[in-house]
Amino acid sequence: MNSKLRTLTNEAISSQYFSFFVTVILFLVLYGVGIMTYKGFMRPQVFFNLFIDNSALIIVTIGITFTLLTGGIDLSVGAIVALSCMILASLLQNTGVSVPVAVVAVLVLGIFIGGVQGYLITAFNMQPFIVTLAGMFFCRGLTAVISRETISITNDFYVSIASERIGIFGLGFISIGAVVALCALVVAAVVLKYTKFGRTIFALGGNEVSASLMGLPVFKTKIMVYVISGFCAALGGVVYSWIMLSGYTLHGLGMEMDAIASSVIGGTLLTGGVGFIPGTLFGVLIQGVILTFITFQGTLSAWWTKIVVGALLCIFIIMQALITERKSKLSSKSSIEAAKQ
Amino acid sequence: METLKKITASPLFLPLFALAVLLIFNIIFVDGFLTIEMTDDGRLYGRLIDILNRSSSLIILALGMTFVIATSGIDISVGSVIAISSAVCCTLIGGRGDGAAEYPMLLAMLAAVLAGVLCGVWNGLLVAKFKIQPVVATLILMTAGRGIAQLITEGQIITVYYKPFAYIGSSIPGNILPTTIFIAIAMILLVTFIIKKTSIGLFVQSVGINPTASRFTGINVTFVIFLVYAFSGFCAGVSGLIESSLIRAADANNAGLNMEMDAILAVALGGTLLSGGKFNIGGSVIGAITIQTLTTTMYALGVSSEQLPVIKAVAVIILCLMQSSKFRVMFNNWKSRNKVGPQGDKNFLMDEKAVNKA
Repeated sequence: MNSKLRTLTNEAISSQYFSFFVTVILFLVLYGVGIMTYKGFMRPQVFFNLFIDNSALIIVTIGITFTLLTGGIDLSVGAIVALSCMILASLLQNTGVSVPVAVVAVLVLGIFIGGVQGYLITAFNMQPFIVTLAGMFFCRGLTAVISRETISITNDFYVSIASERIGIFGLGFISIGAVVALCALVVAAVVLKYTKFGRTIFALGGNEVSASLMGLPVFKTKIMVYVISGFCAALGGVVYSWIMLSGYTLHGLGMEMDAIASSVIGGTLLTGGVGFIPGTLFGVLIQGVILTFITFQGTLSAWWTKIVVGALLCIFIIMQALITERKSKLSSKSSIEAAKQ
Repeated sequence: METLKKITASPLFLPLFALAVLLIFNIIFVDGFLTIEMTDDGRLYGRLIDILNRSSSLIILALGMTFVIATSGIDISVGSVIAISSAVCCTLIGGRGDGAAEYPMLLAMLAAVLAGVLCGVWNGLLVAKFKIQPVVATLILMTAGRGIAQLITEGQIITVYYKPFAYIGSSIPGNILPTTIFIAIAMILLVTFIIKKTSIGLFVQSVGINPTASRFTGINVTFVIFLVYAFSGFCAGVSGLIESSLIRAADANNAGLNMEMDAILAVALGGTLLSGGKFNIGGSVIGAITIQTLTTTMYALGVSSEQLPVIKAVAVIILCLMQSSKFRVMFNNWKSRNKVGPQGDKNFLMDEKAVNKA
């Protein structure tokens, strides 16, 4: 019985989706605790609010997951969110540009910033963290150059997009931002799982040298990954501006860590090559639940969120390290047994 | 020509050259840049002294950062550690209006430095023991650290009215130079002593170049990396003391804001490769002074502190490009081709792009 249990746990740990299951179980447990502690947690709208409040973070996390999968990192996402909000706000308030044009301009800018970063990283072998750290300071500074004051968005059409409610079976509603986030999630999952490009990313993250020896387009893929991250950050910025309806220098401060944490909690390995897009959704949702806890509790300062998220990130990275160690032990054991037979 | 080449090849050339350019710019465009006056209470006063005073905390940060970068790591949490250290110090001294201290100042200072060391130990544990990538490990403290500082100060900006506390940032009565300069010199001497008299400097360099080979030669790589982050935390703790004393307050949101970028810039400018290995303490010190001069110059030109990161980010990218071997190869090809005339059009175009980017 005991040995059976051990093989079962060993199998579970060596499963590709172990981290994902841990995340889902953690989410359910947290939500269960919430329901037991606070009556308000029972309302379905609380669950839908998780998607509404975290729509921007979901999109940003998807982008950062692409870079993490190649073993890189993108620290500039939070600053790109702030820059996007600011550009949207200043275009809509100070110029006569129409809403679609402003949105497209922001998305193109995101692609451009991502492209420049990707090119610098790939073509000159610069470390991703230093390039994107510089990108982060650059974008945040540029936001301040546009305006150091808050610019509120009062464009009628824009406000109506932001406040649109889409009902779900009469149980509650979600925002357009949440719909965009869910669409992005599906697209990213399909791209990573079923396209040549997606599989190249995994191969690249697993081992860059062997990927290039296999004849995979390493150079192009690496740049594309940062372009996607920049685009997702800009899209996240657009969605974020629907939540905040303003542009401000400190928007999205520390969002890069929230996104990295969500991605890691969702099962992405920071060393690259392993990741699962649906997991990242649960990574974001776990953070959302914690934030909801803090809101319901009422007396805790909002600063606790950052500390809790940091602690969660630590725990999950350490757990991953232990699992990887266990896995390599298991595989070496089984190979020894195979050699014996 | 030979001597000119020798001078430009020296690692100190770039930071010194940049410093000279900035100083000349300042002398021409800023009125009274060179004047140093004596105030009534017997202190030296002037823009040059001010730059030295302000750059002290950056010099100290850069010292710690140099070692971290030499092991091919990075510590982006230093700004938040400064916030934590200043929060600890000011909370312990207390913001009592009558100018009395809650706890002795020496105790508060020790506690603040200790808090910095603790943060460094935490980073070191994550990086050395749990093998987390340095940037992610320190990112945790970078974002959570300001939260911790907020919790310590309970969300308030604590202003300290206790007189002797201001001595750290300005000067002890009877001294003509600011105390910060002496603290910075003491730290530089400490680091120089460690490098010259122990083999730690060599170990750090070896770990930065090849950790596996270092392990095989019997160096305790884990311990060296751990030590480097702990020392960086210590440096940030000392900087926190200076930063809080300069404004006589602890501001959890703004203390040490963006200073991680300044420290990285100073180290890169000083000739230490961001990929690790050989490091240059003297270069980092001059780099820090140069960066502070740049900051002061930009303030004088009317650039706000929120906008300044744009310029610094571009400077970091240019420095990294210059360090990149691939860029050097491209640049040299481009130069030699220009002498003989263009040959490969495709490569030529790529170089053009690279130069435009820079």
